[in-house]
Amino acid sequence: MGTRLGKQTLRLDSHPVIQAWASIAGAKEGNGPLGRYFDEVIQDEYFGEKSFEKAESKLLRETLAKILMKGKVSAGDIQYIFAGDLLNQCIAASYGIRESEIPFFGLYGACSTMGEALILGSLMVEGGFAERTVCITSSHFCSAEKQFRFPLEFGNQRPPMSQWTVTGSGGVLVGNTGDGPKIVHVTTGKIVDMGVTDANDMGAAMAPAACDTITAHFTETGLAYDYYDIVITGDLGIHGKNICKQLLEENGILIQGILEDCGTMIYDTEAQKTYCGGSGCACSAIVLAGYLLDKLSKKELKRILLVCTGALHSPSSIQQGESIPAIAHAVGIEMIS
Amino acid sequence: MEQKRTKKEYVEWTQKIAPKTHKFKNMILAFIVGGIICTIGQVILSLLLKTGMIKEDAASLTTLLMIFFGAFLTGINVYDDISRVGGAGAAIPVTGFANSIVSPAMEYKKEGYVMGVGAKMFLIAGPVLVYGIVASIIAGILYYIFTMRA
Repeated sequence: MGTRLGKQTLRLDSHPVIQAWASIAGAKEGNGPLGRYFDEVIQDEYFGEKSFEKAESKLLRETLAKILMKGKVSAGDIQYIFAGDLLNQCIAASYGIRESEIPFFGLYGACSTMGEALILGSLMVEGGFAERTVCITSSHFCSAEKQFRFPLEFGNQRPPMSQWTVTGSGGVLVGNTGDGPKIVHVTTGKIVDMGVTDANDMGAAMAPAACDTITAHFTETGLAYDYYDIVITGDLGIHGKNICKQLLEENGILIQGILEDCGTMIYDTEAQKTYCGGSGCACSAIVLAGYLLDKLSKKELKRILLVCTGALHSPSSIQQGESIPAIAHAVGIEMIS
Repeated sequence: MEQKRTKKEYVEWTQKIAPKTHKFKNMILAFIVGGIICTIGQVILSLLLKTGMIKEDAASLTTLLMIFFGAFLTGINVYDDISRVGGAGAAIPVTGFANSIVSPAMEYKKEGYVMGVGAKMFLIAGPVLVYGIVASIIAGILYYIFTMRA
């Protein structure tokens, strides 16, 4: 049974294992620097479906199928699935898994959903309530643009601090046995709102939340600043990462050398014209399930702290002049035998 | 976490270090793209006038043709690329207005012809129409008052 280390952090003493993982990415992500790490790259943004929403559900459904296949389990062996996405009422997740018959918790943490799912999924295993859980998220550039911004073919210029929603789906199978990477610490984020009202500037909105969670993680665990090989935030982008670096330094958390961001890694931001980088629920999910877990299983990385960041606004709240509440959830994943 | 800045200070600081829009470059590009669109319009108008068409008809037909080109280029996924370069230069001419109506119509076709295309078509152009019409009413009233005096 886990141990509470502080207000936000738990240590999972049974070390829930990430037994299998899978990722599917869109064409743009496939052409990016991490392209070769994804299990599948789809060229057609409709993925053979009639709408972007249906395509996103299929992304999640196919990723789930790959996870089960790679973990050599069937849907009946999974006690819980924690899934979420960016669409209204989380339809990508609920339609994506509606035939699976796995007990389901639908999550909304905006782009932090993968972190939220990982925490809850590993706690279920730690608590002994499940032998295996699946944690999975998706996002789709076209469905996100439609819901949060403008129609695709509408001609507008993106501001330089804007980010590009990742098309894809990534997920993991968490279980109580095995040799895979293990979830050792989880730090649940709390909402931090520093008054940013510009929905194009999500990096600035989310950076204080990431800083808050990372600070809480190191303070409550007492771990050394060089304990992790990499502390990787979800989708702060270039601008947000710069802010976060400075905020951490001001807090005395000296991890500047190992701080990375999934959003800045997933695209070649200059050549692919993605401005400040990637965002979306799939951003941290496919970087984790594609790149990071691959590196961990090959022992090229030994310990990582994944800090999934989310901006919890809606188009309505922005139009009403509200500022953006942000959150970040941290999961410490380690290769220990 | 203790914040060293107030919310106001934080927002000001992040805006100061944010990547900046290339205003001068954007203005030049807007001038060029907008200029090209307007030149095409002028060429069409001149050609129509050469056929002996009266000025009012030629002007209306030119506008119609430019709206068609804007809608057509939106339909074949080209107009958004022009706008990415041209910015306001592509948004202000009537071709940009056509783009703002056709693009949501395309996007929301999946939600059906009534609640999708019909309801969402004016998602972006709606405010332009509303305030355009309001402005024309005000202009009409002013015109009426001043011509009455004269």
